[in-house]
Amino acid sequence: MNMDADPKIKDKGREWKAVVWDLDNTLWDGILLENDRVWLKPGIKEIIATLDSRGILHSIASHNEHGTAMAKLREMEVDQFFLYPEINWNAKSASLQRIRENLNIEMDAILFIDDSAFERGEVQHAHPEVTCMDASRYKSLPRLPGLNPRFITQDSRRRRTMYLEDIQRKEVERSFEGPRKDFLASLDIQLWITPAKEEDLQRAEELTLRTNQLNTTGLTYDYKELRKLIHSPGHKLLVCELKDRYGNYGKIGLALIEITEKYWHLKLFLMSCRVLVYGVGTVVLSHIMGEARNSGKKLRADFIHTGRNEQMYVTFKFANFREVAAHDKKRIVLENDLSFIQKIPPYVDLRTG
Amino acid sequence: MDIKQKLRAFIEDHMAVQEEDVQLKDSDPIFELGFVDSLFAMQLIGFIQNQFQVEIESADLDLANFRSIDRMAAFIQEKKANEEG
Repeated sequence: MNMDADPKIKDKGREWKAVVWDLDNTLWDGILLENDRVWLKPGIKEIIATLDSRGILHSIASHNEHGTAMAKLREMEVDQFFLYPEINWNAKSASLQRIRENLNIEMDAILFIDDSAFERGEVQHAHPEVTCMDASRYKSLPRLPGLNPRFITQDSRRRRTMYLEDIQRKEVERSFEGPRKDFLASLDIQLWITPAKEEDLQRAEELTLRTNQLNTTGLTYDYKELRKLIHSPGHKLLVCELKDRYGNYGKIGLALIEITEKYWHLKLFLMSCRVLVYGVGTVVLSHIMGEARNSGKKLRADFIHTGRNEQMYVTFKFANFREVAAHDKKRIVLENDLSFIQKIPPYVDLRTG
Repeated sequence: MDIKQKLRAFIEDHMAVQEEDVQLKDSDPIFELGFVDSLFAMQLIGFIQNQFQVEIESADLDLANFRSIDRMAAFIQEKKANEEG
């Protein structure tokens, strides 16, 4: 079957995770370097706050003096909304590239708003996946389907806060002298792996929609399907939650296991890319491998190459999974004989329930 | 530096090794000395591709090729020999 024809593969480009704003004549009326008296466009602060409460991130790509523009944003009391602002004289396509890397999202998850057709064209040419919009249309933003996630979960409401905690963490990591293991140990990482409960399911659906890089299949599951699965005796749905001394990452991982006579079969395994640096995907995998071995079964896993999840493939191969079947070039089945399971590293406090 | 020295330097810098003061020997199984997480695995693959100019394909992603410094060096030499031939 052609993967692209499968309706369960998510239709990308519809949901934006971040809005990147120009400043002059876009966020505010006027040009800051020509005249200090610039005013926020009517209603724009409320619009930004509304999107922020839905878990949509905001950033800035503007040609301006960084210090002056940030001072103005603080004066307007909107500075706290913007993560990794790029206020400099670089090409906006380069600024978007840096924002994308810092937020760790895909280009097609960005909505770029600028009043200049030239700047939109420059960005569009370099990054065809980005959606560009003229500044005059800003009032329509809250109504756009792509900025209206189906569920607003506790995790999505806290999203900006979690990014801010992460910025703090990265600063500590940059200045940390010594081996990586000591840095990881200094974080006091606590990882919970627990069976999903009804109240976890909105977030679980959201994870299947939002997670692309560390995702074994890219298949999405909706609330109803997930609810059936938590009540099914033939399945286990596990939710992973991560905390460290800098804050709470919330629920960041999901594993769906089908239990058959001979196998534990991983139908879906995903981890938010925000926790990539802590290697917790491998920890969760080790835990599942151990549990499968304890119950006297082998472990199998579905894998679909989506073009975005190569890292997950490497994770499985390095955890000693081997390919045992291929439905086609993209859809394969991996198997692990569980003869070798990496130990849980001492810097992770693993709790299960 | 030869291949093994370069690999050892990279692994010592990037892997979260469990024990202090353990001298990593060429034959030591790295998966037992440290924790090989997905980040390290990706970094290691990127390092080998760039440093030694070999292309690692899906079929090469076998744990056996990366189990120790010896095995990685043998794998790299084999890849290079095949590419030149």
